[in-house]
Amino acid sequence: MPELGKYADAVLWSWAATLGLIALLVVMTWMQSRKAKADLDAIEARRAAKGN
Amino acid sequence: MPEMHRTKQARDRYNVLWEWANPVKFMWFSGLALPWLVGATVVTMAVGLVWGFFFTPEAVNFGSSVKIIYVHVPSAMMAISAWFMMLVASLIWLIRRHHVSALAAKAAAPVGTVMTIIALITGAIWGEPMWGTYWAWDPRLTSFLILFLFYLGYMALWGAIEDPDTAADLTSVLAVVGSVFAFLSRYAVNFWNQGLHQGATLSLDKDENIANVYWIPLLFAMAGFGLLFVALVFVRTRTEIRKRRTHALELRERMADA
Repeated sequence: MPELGKYADAVLWSWAATLGLIALLVVMTWMQSRKAKADLDAIEARRAAKGN
Repeated sequence: MPEMHRTKQARDRYNVLWEWANPVKFMWFSGLALPWLVGATVVTMAVGLVWGFFFTPEAVNFGSSVKIIYVHVPSAMMAISAWFMMLVASLIWLIRRHHVSALAAKAAAPVGTVMTIIALITGAIWGEPMWGTYWAWDPRLTSFLILFLFYLGYMALWGAIEDPDTAADLTSVLAVVGSVFAFLSRYAVNFWNQGLHQGATLSLDKDENIANVYWIPLLFAMAGFGLLFVALVFVRTRTEIRKRRTHALELRERMADA
């Protein structure tokens, strides 16, 4: 860990907020992507079963 | 005759470009590109951020707070760039009616919003020890806040209109109007020599640019944030295409059952 001196709080909070928000965005993007794929696969499988 | 032949060739090349707006072709291409894109994003972000945080010295006037530029500058850059990407995609939708471009603009908005929030938060945290305040109604800060509100309005408009083509039309117009604030966010410091925010950190002029010891890791961090944006927009556009296809198939099922 580098020596951050009197700006330690500012630096650490900035980095924590950034990494936290990016992680949240990536996780939400991934979850939405999985759900959209699962929904489409389900409806296509249903149509295939009906012979459409 | 050779002149006509050359014109036809140029037109064919131009049309090949638009083929990438086809959803099937976009899904194929983005599916191939994504693993490479994700790999490049992880590597460049890791290099830039680890280098910037652990291996850069304190700056003379800013102490260790200089390390905040590795998250503040790339996020601010992407907040503005994302809106310009949305502007270009929106214009393509308005002029050529390519659905993928409208969906790509929609997909980029949440990413741009998060980048704007990061830029505002890290700027405020940096401002407190440097300026003695978290916030000031300075031209750049204020135009950035308005840009953030435009992002919220843009996403709310997409959510509020049921017909996707009408939503794409209206949000495209909003993207054109909001680009004024994206432009102001970038150049406010140059237009108004007032307020607390300092001038551009980066410059093509070697004497004005920051020292190489900070500049090189910052380049990696900016490249990493740029690649992250492209990767997320690809994934989110794929999600939007799948959602639209699912919706269309559901409608067909309902009509067949009726």
